[in-house]
Amino acid sequence: MNKQKKTIDVDYIAGLAKLEIDESKKSRFQEEMQNIVDYVDLLSELNVENIIPTAHAAQMKNVWREDVSENDFSREVMLKNAPELFDEGTIKVPQVLPGEGTA
Amino acid sequence: MKYDVVIGLEVHVQIKTESKMFCSCPNRYGEEPNTLTCPVCMGYPGAMPVPNRKAIEKAVIAGLMCGCSISEYSKFDRKSYFYPDMAKNYQISQYDLPFCLEGNIKVEGKGFSGKKIQIKNIGITRIHLEEDAAKSNHYAACSGVDYNKAGIPLLEIVSEPDIASADEAYAYLTNLKEIMQYGNISSCDMEKGQMRCDVNISLKPKGRKEFGTKIELKNMNSFRAVHRAVEYEIDRQAEALDEGVTLRQETRGWNDERGETYLMRSKESAHDYRYFPEPDLMPVVFTKNDIDNFKADIPELPKAKRERFISQFNVTEYDAKVLTAEKAVADYFEKGAEHTKSPKLLANWMITDLLKEISDSGLNINEIRVTPENLAEMIEMINKKTISGKIGKTVLSEMFKTGNKPSVIVKEKGLIQDTDESSIEKYVDKAIEDNPSQAEQYRSGKKNVLQYFVGQVMKQSRGKANPQIAIKLLKEKLG
Amino acid sequence: MSSNITYKSLTQLADLLENKETTSEEICSEYFDRIEKVEPQINAFIKLDTEDITKKAEESDSRRKAGRQLSRYDGIPISIKDIYNVKGQSCNCASKILAPYTAIYDATVIKKIKEKGFIPFGRNNMDEFAMGSSCENSSYQTTSNPWDLRRVPGGSSGGSAAAVSAGEVPASLGTDTGGSVRQPAAFCGIVGLKPSYGKVSRYGIVAFASSLDQAGPLSRNVLDSAVLLDTISGLDKMDTTTVRDKRDDSHESIVRKSNENLDGFKIGVCHKYLEMDGLSESIKENYMYSIEQMRELGAEIIDISFPYTKYAIAAYYIIATAEASANLARFDGIRYGSRIKDYKDLNELYLKTRGRKLGDEVKRRILLGTFVLSSGYYDAYYLRAQKVRTLISDSFRETFQKCDVFLSPTTPTPAFKIGEVSSPVEMYMADVFTNFVNLAGICGINIPSGLTKDDNLPVGLQILGPHLGEDKILKAAKVFEDNREIKEFIPDL
Repeated sequence: MNKQKKTIDVDYIAGLAKLEIDESKKSRFQEEMQNIVDYVDLLSELNVENIIPTAHAAQMKNVWREDVSENDFSREVMLKNAPELFDEGTIKVPQVLPGEGTA
Repeated sequence: MKYDVVIGLEVHVQIKTESKMFCSCPNRYGEEPNTLTCPVCMGYPGAMPVPNRKAIEKAVIAGLMCGCSISEYSKFDRKSYFYPDMAKNYQISQYDLPFCLEGNIKVEGKGFSGKKIQIKNIGITRIHLEEDAAKSNHYAACSGVDYNKAGIPLLEIVSEPDIASADEAYAYLTNLKEIMQYGNISSCDMEKGQMRCDVNISLKPKGRKEFGTKIELKNMNSFRAVHRAVEYEIDRQAEALDEGVTLRQETRGWNDERGETYLMRSKESAHDYRYFPEPDLMPVVFTKNDIDNFKADIPELPKAKRERFISQFNVTEYDAKVLTAEKAVADYFEKGAEHTKSPKLLANWMITDLLKEISDSGLNINEIRVTPENLAEMIEMINKKTISGKIGKTVLSEMFKTGNKPSVIVKEKGLIQDTDESSIEKYVDKAIEDNPSQAEQYRSGKKNVLQYFVGQVMKQSRGKANPQIAIKLLKEKLG
Repeated sequence: MSSNITYKSLTQLADLLENKETTSEEICSEYFDRIEKVEPQINAFIKLDTEDITKKAEESDSRRKAGRQLSRYDGIPISIKDIYNVKGQSCNCASKILAPYTAIYDATVIKKIKEKGFIPFGRNNMDEFAMGSSCENSSYQTTSNPWDLRRVPGGSSGGSAAAVSAGEVPASLGTDTGGSVRQPAAFCGIVGLKPSYGKVSRYGIVAFASSLDQAGPLSRNVLDSAVLLDTISGLDKMDTTTVRDKRDDSHESIVRKSNENLDGFKIGVCHKYLEMDGLSESIKENYMYSIEQMRELGAEIIDISFPYTKYAIAAYYIIATAEASANLARFDGIRYGSRIKDYKDLNELYLKTRGRKLGDEVKRRILLGTFVLSSGYYDAYYLRAQKVRTLISDSFRETFQKCDVFLSPTTPTPAFKIGEVSSPVEMYMADVFTNFVNLAGICGINIPSGLTKDDNLPVGLQILGPHLGEDKILKAAKVFEDNREIKEFIPDL
């Protein structure tokens, strides 16, 4: 890992995470995050060459279900927590452009 | 043109399954909004994904059919971006270890322009499995999200930048669709969103090695639209390059009505997807043996099937093409061919008569009452001259209506062909006797009047007289 | 009557019910009384629907009357951390962004306790989305430590620990991502168990860090934790990370059979811990006392050095925040929960809803997790942390080849004062002995082991076992519990 200090671009990160950060708190967040990142940088002391990364705490494989369908939840139940509905059937959101954002 | 066109396609195909990718909600199209949803596909707090085994198997089969190698170790990853149609604001997808890598499809046939393209191998970079997004409906002042489609298993098939024209892109898509339908992977109905396509396209001066600036095209709803959008972009980019304008990397949408592409987003707003291994899902590990077993399950590809039909059943190239256009038709033919010594005759009857009856009725071949065995039985009857071809047409429509066996129909309606010379001789004598002037014409050299007499004989015998015998006798009697 | 119910264990309550000496309704109403008395000082509950609970208690009593009780525990209340989906109840994770939100399904764990007749008894306070070690990050209220009201109960399952410790409920269900069951249990002088990863289904528990989260019981004694573990554990088709744990005997019966000594038991300890910065004197003394205690009980003590303790915190915060940044992305005001009113477009809806409704610590962790996964930093942080995770898991595998269980203090200090720890990194150090357990996916239990001389604050001993080694840690904890100097840990309220 390189030794140069990494500066965190809080605006960029907050934009990715969709978090509005108060102007007044920005420098504090910047500083706190910087401290945490400086702290976790201590991992660079360890030699991790040729070590296989661990993504799961229990090693298993091929856990799946058979292709059987069931539908236990009514639309009424699925929509009752929604903050805003359109036409009682879809979840209302500000206008988005067709095709925008699709994977 | 002084530019080389470099095109790569990203095709999304919804996998045909009973249930969604990570939950048991039905995988269906056209239901009332948000009626096929549950905490998992609507990204509720605490809900967890459970992968659909069938979808994984179909992804692997799709990969094998596209000549890909299957990874022994694959995993799912989270791809993060905020959008209302992505319930969790991350999509479960596959990043560095997808199920299928490095394949290729042999593309042939015609482009959209109708021009036959040269046979070409288009490389497949990778095929991975992910979950589909929800659907946003657009209204005057807002949008409304319907999560019925969210979580449907979705294949992303990424090609190498091997495609060099709009026609090739069109032919690639046609071939890919055929494979997906043949493998029963997907119905590929573009109107239902079951197959979607994004295009990466760039131009470079002929012969140059480095790629030009890549433009991504989205929102094309048909293969035709893909063709048009690609043609449009080639012209647009060539014009820009001609004028010395530097193109910028960007994503453009296709407006089908106006027939042009428009800027959707530029590179600066490119996504930072923050992929990382999906901690809620365990890796998928296949042994060599598992992969061999999958291979045994691969359906024969259309091209191989065509070649086999020609050599095995002695049908023409045209016959083979028609018979293999749909897998169900090919299966029907093969089944029937097991029960007749004349597969070529069976092919003729299927192509000229059966498929016409089917298309008139609006049914599909799996729904009709004529079984392949029964059709083959009828072919055998024609072959053995038990009935004539003409009678065959009557028998087939009756079979189509009632589903009865041809032998039953023929017996009930008394349609068995008459091959008894002495009984046909009676019809022949009567025909000559009733038509002295035509007989005179024949004798004076107008040999084609013979057909008229055959018709008379058939009419009198109500189609049952064997035409060959009738001709033989007529010739003898008319001298 | 109060003394009869308050501070009774689950098994004692079950006996009373079985012998018809009390009813579920009576038990619940005793706890309501206790809550009315102490809750104004403790603030362990975010919500308690007494009417609904009473109804459930009556149902249980009529079942039992008809001889159709669901188990011997039918009718006993268990409080629930505000992170579990219980159908029909609010589930806020102590966050404003999930208000309002009503659960539409039961978490698997909740389904399982209901199947045995346990009654979900109110919603316990916690650090918002389980991010914190003091319960100070709740956006609803600050919970006090029943041993000293000026102090924190620990976190994130602080409401659960305080409620059990204050006698408001016999046991509670919490969750532990980096110590969130064990650390508050230590601060409040109760038993807290973090099961092995995959032992208990996570389905229906709002995810913080999916590869680290585990549900766990907080209870008065070891036997009760075993009873609850038996109830909630098992393979779940809704959670593909659950593991099959084939066993002949229930944990409860293992604990009941645990005899007075630890002959033949090998216990690993780490004397190096005594030299650690920031470890308070009382903790050191207690650790040494506990080791001696185990030796006297017949265990063979083996010194083991564990080189990764300080790295574990760093790896933990990278992995936990990375996973959290994705897990918490769904709280966006679209499908459920809170949505701010003054937005002009989609982006503003996201930014403002999340910006205003999430607390600072949650934001900090989401930002950190987003950063370590962002373009250009993945290899340096996330991937490296995952590799360090491998080193940690491997070292535990080796450790448990040498010993049956491993002892450490649960926390470096006893409960600190509310507002005392302000820097995030300093706060993260409260989990120095607990984080690595979740990284390795092994099991651990906190067992109260003493009280500080100066402040009369509980101190806890952490007993760790290998993956699916719950029987071993429960046995060691039970024998220790039966033989420790202080028999009962009851705060003076």
